[in-house]
Amino acid sequence: METDKSKIGSFLFNRSVQGVFYQLITLGLVALGIYYIVTNTARNMLERGLASGFHFLGVESQFDIGMTLIEYSPTSTYFDSFIVGLLNTLLVAGVGILFATIIGFTVGIMRLSSNWLIAKIAEAYVEILRNIPLLLQIFFWYFAVLRALPKPKQSLELYDSFFLNNRGLFIPDTVFGEGSSIIFYLLWLTIIISIGIFIWAKRRQNRTGERFPAFYVSTALILGTFSISLAATGFPVSFEYPELKGFNFKGGVKLIPELVALTFALAMYTASFIAEVVRGGIMAVSKGQTEAAKSVGLKQNLILRLIIIPQALRVIVPPLTNQYLNLTKNSSLAAAIAYPDLVLVFAGTALMQTGQAIEIIGMVMGVYLFLSLFTSLIMNLFNRFMKVDGER
Amino acid sequence: MSAANKEIGPPVIELGVMGWLRKNLFSNWYNSLLTIFGLYLLYILIPPLVNWIFLDANFVGSTRDDCTNEGACWIFIQQNIKLIFYGLYPTEELWRINFVYLILFISGVYLLIPNLKHKGWVGAFLLIIFPIICVVMLSGGLGLEAVETRLWGGLFLTLVIAGVGIVLSLPIGVMLALGRRSKLPVVSILCTIFIEIWRGVPLITVLFMASNMFPLFMPEGVNFDKLIRALIGVMFFSAAYLAEVVRGGLQAMPKGQYEASQAVGLTYWRMMALVILPQSLKMVIPAIIGSFIAIFKDTTLVLVIGLFDFLGIIQFVGTNPDWLGFSHEGYVFAAAVFWVFCYGMSWYSQRLEKKLDTGR
Repeated sequence: METDKSKIGSFLFNRSVQGVFYQLITLGLVALGIYYIVTNTARNMLERGLASGFHFLGVESQFDIGMTLIEYSPTSTYFDSFIVGLLNTLLVAGVGILFATIIGFTVGIMRLSSNWLIAKIAEAYVEILRNIPLLLQIFFWYFAVLRALPKPKQSLELYDSFFLNNRGLFIPDTVFGEGSSIIFYLLWLTIIISIGIFIWAKRRQNRTGERFPAFYVSTALILGTFSISLAATGFPVSFEYPELKGFNFKGGVKLIPELVALTFALAMYTASFIAEVVRGGIMAVSKGQTEAAKSVGLKQNLILRLIIIPQALRVIVPPLTNQYLNLTKNSSLAAAIAYPDLVLVFAGTALMQTGQAIEIIGMVMGVYLFLSLFTSLIMNLFNRFMKVDGER
Repeated sequence: MSAANKEIGPPVIELGVMGWLRKNLFSNWYNSLLTIFGLYLLYILIPPLVNWIFLDANFVGSTRDDCTNEGACWIFIQQNIKLIFYGLYPTEELWRINFVYLILFISGVYLLIPNLKHKGWVGAFLLIIFPIICVVMLSGGLGLEAVETRLWGGLFLTLVIAGVGIVLSLPIGVMLALGRRSKLPVVSILCTIFIEIWRGVPLITVLFMASNMFPLFMPEGVNFDKLIRALIGVMFFSAAYLAEVVRGGLQAMPKGQYEASQAVGLTYWRMMALVILPQSLKMVIPAIIGSFIAIFKDTTLVLVIGLFDFLGIIQFVGTNPDWLGFSHEGYVFAAAVFWVFCYGMSWYSQRLEKKLDTGR
């Protein structure tokens, strides 16, 4: 009797048995929850006469979009509107990332300046911008600045080619004439050759210890070939400048105010975070590294290029990509000022018209989820690649 | 001889104000250039701003016609202050909100003053009894007139959303973090999936989901208030971010702490509650406050699903025909208020960090 009892006891208090038991309970609860939600949803959809599935993607959308990068009209399908929204999101994210990086690195380095005033200005920039909600900043740039700009006739201009007014920002368009494709092929060719030069220079340095100015040679090669081919083909690339015709501008590229405001706000806001990342990264490289490099006789620019920057980048890149990802996700705030991004076009207009809430929100969330999982995958690879031996 | 023996101090130019200026602003030619550039930048930015906000601004009056000076028209804010702070909450019931603020303020001050007794009781009161008081006072019941949440708005609504989001997301975040670190594969995988999904999508899609998809999930007849749906969305969203912060703290704990608590025979939950969590949460307090600041700023997004939070009401007030064209004042005021809250929190976290000396 007693042995049986203790057997049951030791069975019940066995760690792995308890583990299996708890996991079964968790799994059961989660399954129950999902079952509950699914049955409710199915019944609710039945009552509202909603058909599930993705058939609606092939249906004509019957709405127009203010800004499209590809051909689109009300007769296009919902799937086309999805693509248009996605491209608009990627556009604003791409341009935003470019500017945020430039401003962020500048401000981050300014904060480390030995010049007291410059460091304080940079600190003020960071502390002000990152403590004000992004949406407020977007509203400020859109409603208080861009919408308050003068009419096209009194627009602000720069070099007679950039015009800013309440209709948006007008910039010159590049027109590619005949023969310009040759230039592009040559450009690609020289870039590939340059990569080859870099690999060769690295191998040679590893073998013989001699350095080869790969950077200067390849820059000269690319720029030289580019300008020679431009001249040889008779400058087939020209610019079309925006011109005031009547009440609005014709020609050039028109950037709608929503895009300008959103890009501006995203770049300024994210830059304040990037500045902190950059500052932290540079400060993480200990002073001993610089001193050691100096004592083995490296020149100042080589110390920066071979010692400081590679080590700082190792610290900077992971949080930097995180900020890029944040910027991309934050670009969804576009919906609040009616910039036609993925959320506004697809989770807004298309959802209103079709009522396919689950499919549409699922697709939109899926896009963002894919972007962030993809980024973290790349980051894991980067970390593995960059790991110093013996480090945790 | 005696003159040569006299101690020679450093040159005048390296001492005092002159020395400081020379060292920090004019140490070489490009630093001097940078300083001049910086001074110029301040010159074109600061005086117009100060003039607009203070010197040329209008402070007295009651209509837009009283704004005769060139600067900001603060009368706009002054006249709409009730709307901006409390939304459409009935005027005769405003004392209820103020009462809640007062309790919060008194207990907050009590907690902040060092070396007072019974802080634990005050904390427990804030966490357990205070929320009940809030619900009763704010939405009605027990003889108080009911106030529908669609009348809630302004800074008050912002504080409600941020407060509920912060208070509820922390325990959920801790549970998720423990779950993700769990040795049981099913628990760990489920928690990881949950965390990564919420972290991977923008808050705006979460709010869209809360307002469009939640009604489909619920059984017939159950209809959640729009505010509650938004709150649930904000709560899970911030819980996922907090979970990652807490997980960082858990990972930073030395293994010896786990082994020692197991050696003295603590069960899993006792080990976590008594040994691991108190230490690891303390380690990540600055990051937790950072997350709180993010939640506070993110509450502004609820305006896209039609709730009038602080920013939403300022947008709304600006569209009033009597006050068209004063959006600058509205945005500057909103920015100042948000800034004070966020900077205050980050300042407090820095102070705490120094006090606890956790930044290693």
